[in-house]
Amino acid sequence: MASPATAAPEDGIRLEGLTKSFRSQQGLVHAVRGIDVSIHRGETVALLGPNGAGKSTTIDMLLGLLPPDAGSVSLFNHTPRQAVDAGLLGAMLQSGELIQYLSVRELLTMMAAIYPTPLGVDAVLEQTGLQAIAGRRTQKLSGGETQRVRFALAIVSNPDLLVLDEPTVAMDVESRHEFWDSMRAFAARGKTVVFATHYLEEADQNADRVVLMARGQIVADGPPTEIKGRVGSRTIRATLADADPGELAALAGVASAERRGEAVVLVCSDSDQAIRALLERFPAARDIEIAGAGLEDAFLALTADPDADAPDPDPAP
Amino acid sequence: MTNLVYIRYELLRALRNRRFFFVSLGLPLIFYFVIASPNRHVHNYDNSGISLPLYYMVGLTAFGTMVAMVSTGTRIAAERQAGWTRQLRITPLSTRAYFRAKVLVAYMMSGLTIVLLGLAGSSLGVSLPAGQWLAMVGLILVALLPFAALGIMLGHLLTVDSIGPATGGGASLLAFLGGTWFPLGSHGFLFQLGRLLPSYWLVQAAHTGLTGHDWPARGWITIAAWSVLLVGGALYAFRRDTKKV
Repeated sequence: MASPATAAPEDGIRLEGLTKSFRSQQGLVHAVRGIDVSIHRGETVALLGPNGAGKSTTIDMLLGLLPPDAGSVSLFNHTPRQAVDAGLLGAMLQSGELIQYLSVRELLTMMAAIYPTPLGVDAVLEQTGLQAIAGRRTQKLSGGETQRVRFALAIVSNPDLLVLDEPTVAMDVESRHEFWDSMRAFAARGKTVVFATHYLEEADQNADRVVLMARGQIVADGPPTEIKGRVGSRTIRATLADADPGELAALAGVASAERRGEAVVLVCSDSDQAIRALLERFPAARDIEIAGAGLEDAFLALTADPDADAPDPDPAP
Repeated sequence: MTNLVYIRYELLRALRNRRFFFVSLGLPLIFYFVIASPNRHVHNYDNSGISLPLYYMVGLTAFGTMVAMVSTGTRIAAERQAGWTRQLRITPLSTRAYFRAKVLVAYMMSGLTIVLLGLAGSSLGVSLPAGQWLAMVGLILVALLPFAALGIMLGHLLTVDSIGPATGGGASLLAFLGGTWFPLGSHGFLFQLGRLLPSYWLVQAAHTGLTGHDWPARGWITIAAWSVLLVGGALYAFRRDTKKV
């Protein structure tokens, strides 16, 4: 397993050997197959992966909603139950609606009253941009507004650890931006944040670190730039009428080449090397674009093959 | 520690559900005036030893309060469907505090029904010494205990779609078999069946003051047995429900 074996932070979050299987009609499903993650206090970590990667199961075990088959969870040196009882945890679960017959403000006041040291309800309404609809009944909110209220409920306890399971699913583009702004403002107070997403951009833009999961395992763990570097796929597009794709693919730094009409598309393992080689060999190339691949390609390259073991770019010894 | 703010908003949520009010308050009041108003001078209703207005006051209080108690289940089923029960599990709210809030709110809603039907009864000439009022209300509150547990149990077993018919139908049937609509007499099949049910003893609370006719040992034992059974069932349903993913 390629997850970095960083020394377990005394004061952070530690998942060790976490394993969970479910019985389903198709037989035993190994949802999470022994994962190890250490998160430092104050870190913002994205748990990224396709559906069925085991993200939600991992989060449910992290929160103590689901007992692991094997392995352990330590949250600031507490068990999940202890951390919950001490009010250290705030979470937005994957699915969930709000209870009815209360206004947004009333619901927040009700839930704040459960915690030992909550934030002020007015402060939370302001931070989450909910003042304008504070008096509205919960059943009259739009999907995006509901998600914002759920976020407000997750932070009203002033938790040390904020856990968000696919928080922006019901939101439009603008709401997403506002949501992540609120999240980053909260994280900036030294809070630890773990969020699951299958929106690759969100992980890239909002996390200090990305833990990439596929088929119940961690397939990559590092800063977003490192994840991209490990696959290293940027693409070069250029207009180049008469070049043989085979020849293009053989250029230094190029992984594969494809012709699309007048244009060629080069998928690169090292785009710096590839662009030099391309211009040297084919000076006629024009309209050149180099696309920063983003996490999307890392994601596809690392999780594409369901039969292979966790891909590891370092050759096995 | 009882969390008063939390309970206050739980109560507010219950009070704002108008449909519920119609069944637990409106319906019993309408039935009461329709049945008891024309018969307010019947002093010994069907040889029960008590007046018709008193008999129906307690009978319809039994129906309304049963609905109020089991309607906890409707709220719980809705909360489960919304994923709220899971959300509560990641708060410091203890299971005990959760149940306490549910039961307290159910009792407060039942209290409303008791007060309003009491006033309705008084308006039709029901008049009892203060001690008997207290004894009667006390017996009703005790007899509602199994229904508090029944509501929680059904809420954690059934879905939003099935709980309405289950609680509405169940409460109506129990009210019928318990003697809400007519005295069950002192022999026969209905009587034998009725006195096995907690709803029968709710209705019997009306007999307080008629020496030896309110709650014999059998009443206390029946209510205690149902309470133990249904509290156990509620705990089982809750644990089974919260273990699920």
